[in-house]
Amino acid sequence: MLRFLLRRFGYLVFVLFVIALVSFGLNSIANNNPAALLAPRGASAEAIAQIKANLHLNDPLYLQFWHFLTRGPDIRGTKSGLMQWPPSLGYSFVKQRPVTEVILDKLPATISLALGAMVLWLAIALPIGVLAATKARSLLDRVSTFFALVGLSFPTFLLGLLLLYVFYYQLTTAGFNVFPAGGYVALTTDPLEWAHHLILPWFTLALTEAAIYVRVTRSSMLEVLGEDYIRTARAKGLPERRVVYRHGLRSALTPVVTLAGLDVATLLGGAIVTEQVFGLDGVGRLAVLSVSDGDLPVVVGVTLVAAFFFVFINVLVDLVYALLDARVRVD
Amino acid sequence: MALLEVDDLQVAFDTEDGRLRAVRGLSFSVEAGQTLGIVGESGSGKSVATQSMVGLTRGARISGRALFDGDDLLTMAPENLRALRGNQIGMVFQDPLTSLHPQYTVGWQIQEAILAHEQIRKGEARKRAVDLLGQVGISQPERRVDDFPHQFSGGMRQRAMIAMALSLSPRLLIADEPTTALDVTVQAQVLELMKKLQAEYGTALILITHDLGVVADMADDVLVMYAGRAVEKADRRTLYYRQHHPYSKGLLASVPASAAHAPGERLIPIAGQPPSLLHLPSGCAFHPRCPYVMDVCVSETPELLSVPSIASENRPSENRPASENRPAGGHVSACHLPPEAVGPSPDAESRRERAVAAGRSTPVAVLQDEGAA
Ligand SMILES: Nc1ncnc2c1ncn2[C@@H]1O[C@H](COP(=O)(O)OP(=O)(O)OP(=O)(O)O)[C@@H](O)[C@H]1O
Ligand SMILES: [Mg+2]
Repeated sequence: MLRFLLRRFGYLVFVLFVIALVSFGLNSIANNNPAALLAPRGASAEAIAQIKANLHLNDPLYLQFWHFLTRGPDIRGTKSGLMQWPPSLGYSFVKQRPVTEVILDKLPATISLALGAMVLWLAIALPIGVLAATKARSLLDRVSTFFALVGLSFPTFLLGLLLLYVFYYQLTTAGFNVFPAGGYVALTTDPLEWAHHLILPWFTLALTEAAIYVRVTRSSMLEVLGEDYIRTARAKGLPERRVVYRHGLRSALTPVVTLAGLDVATLLGGAIVTEQVFGLDGVGRLAVLSVSDGDLPVVVGVTLVAAFFFVFINVLVDLVYALLDARVRVD
Repeated sequence: MALLEVDDLQVAFDTEDGRLRAVRGLSFSVEAGQTLGIVGESGSGKSVATQSMVGLTRGARISGRALFDGDDLLTMAPENLRALRGNQIGMVFQDPLTSLHPQYTVGWQIQEAILAHEQIRKGEARKRAVDLLGQVGISQPERRVDDFPHQFSGGMRQRAMIAMALSLSPRLLIADEPTTALDVTVQAQVLELMKKLQAEYGTALILITHDLGVVADMADDVLVMYAGRAVEKADRRTLYYRQHHPYSKGLLASVPASAAHAPGERLIPIAGQPPSLLHLPSGCAFHPRCPYVMDVCVSETPELLSVPSIASENRPSENRPASENRPAGGHVSACHLPPEAVGPSPDAESRRERAVAAGRSTPVAVLQDEGAA
């Protein structure tokens, strides 16, 4: 188990290094002059050159990358760098703040959105998927297939706007002020308001995702229910519910876990559309705004954070596998 | 009354290509503590027949009767049938590699079987699982009980399956090709084990196989199935030495060192393929592959009729219908050949040849297997 973990950890570090290299390289190619952004308006060319030199922006690229990893540009004495603890992602000249701080500010909203939505879509999709599989070809199966297709072909922004229209606009104009239009309240500030503000975004994501999960759960269950060991479970005289859940779902969960891991990892890099529609100040909105502002250090930072989540959650999924499936452990 | 009495069992599946009749009127019985061997080629309906009785075939149309200890398995409430499964009727399946759940330990799976039917504490169930594993010849059972199936060899997994099937001392054990997936030495060990445990527990056994050699060591009675029907039924000795149906004869000829077959002689596989159950041949389903095919075989389906025993062999023959649906211990065969033409003797062979010569309107030199398609 330890070797398994170490190997996965090595893989994580390697992937992050490669992504840092690539995104740093892209950043340098775009190469607008951060010194000009940083200097006061109307500063002389010499002053800008001086700032540029202070930031080591004249150094060769490999040296700059090394600095990015180890100490970052020296701004007001901030010691920063990816390999420092706590790791730092550099400095945003547009926002005049360390990138790490900027991203950490936005992460809670994104994490709340992604994890909450996942819990919700699994809670919706797993029972329906299992039922659709055990009653294959029944009315319920057909209905769920139909809604899954609708859900699959329904764009997130449309669903988000639709929910806003019905549950915010219509209800509010009718005099029921049930849901807020958007925004984010920190969990630590007020847990109830936190959930209250997130309900519509959660449903927006969950309903579009649930469609896929119903299909995956159903087909995975159908395959598993045809396995010989399910026949054995029935031959033992177990109640059918136990056969389906304890024996069937246990095996059928594997592809669902993989998919959920990938989806959450993607969402943690920013649920761009949903965050935009509901004005949630998350990583996705940050990325969009930074791209249009030309705030490249933040763009690189968000890329790295997203990549980190992606790889990290993949390792996590592997771990869950190892726990779910005894055979992986001995490899 | 026998422990299990099956009468006119029919099982059909509605497939995309039409109705597939996998079992077409099967009757047999098993006495307590006895062994019935069911033999037949792949696809003859052995598994479907036995599994549909205990409710393990989904989406099958089943009719007939299967009285277990007087209660009809086919019509009882699913909940009652579930209570019998694993408890009174144990099952062992063909492929031990896929028949155990890969994500639970072997011990847990045996424990679960016990706890499904008995209200005892977990620790006690576990102790019984360890005992059972020991009984089926797994060494160091206290340690192996927590192993996952992939840590067991194929033979050990089948032993574990047997332990699980016997965990509640069932009155009937259905073993569906329990040794097919194992190598030869392990096969013998597993069969030996089943024989021993059967004697210990007094369990009745239905042993399904397509290997008559396995039946030779184990079975009291033998049922030969072809295309969803019984074509011959007899006690083991009779079937080996005085078989009547050409299909049984063919099966025996394909077994090494059987009575029908002198040592050193080459195996003669039965020519042709089993018929499609969607498009059965007319008359006797075996006729396209039968070396003794006569005109009547193409037009008329032979009934299961009793075959006279040795004492009456030389009396003029007369096809008598079997007195009951279940000929207790009697020898029955569904073939148009004269009933006294039994066994591999030259005399019987010449009787068959004479019947064939008289029964064909056009001489057929070679058997045709195209008819099966
Ligand atoms: N669920 C099902 N749906 C449709 N057809 C089925 C189903 N199960 C079995 N059959 C068909 O029923 C026939 C009999 O199958 P069965 O498994 O009983 O054969 P068998 O005698 O046990 O053969 P084997 O020696 O290969 O195990 C086969 O033609 C098979 O294709
Ligand atoms: Mg079978």
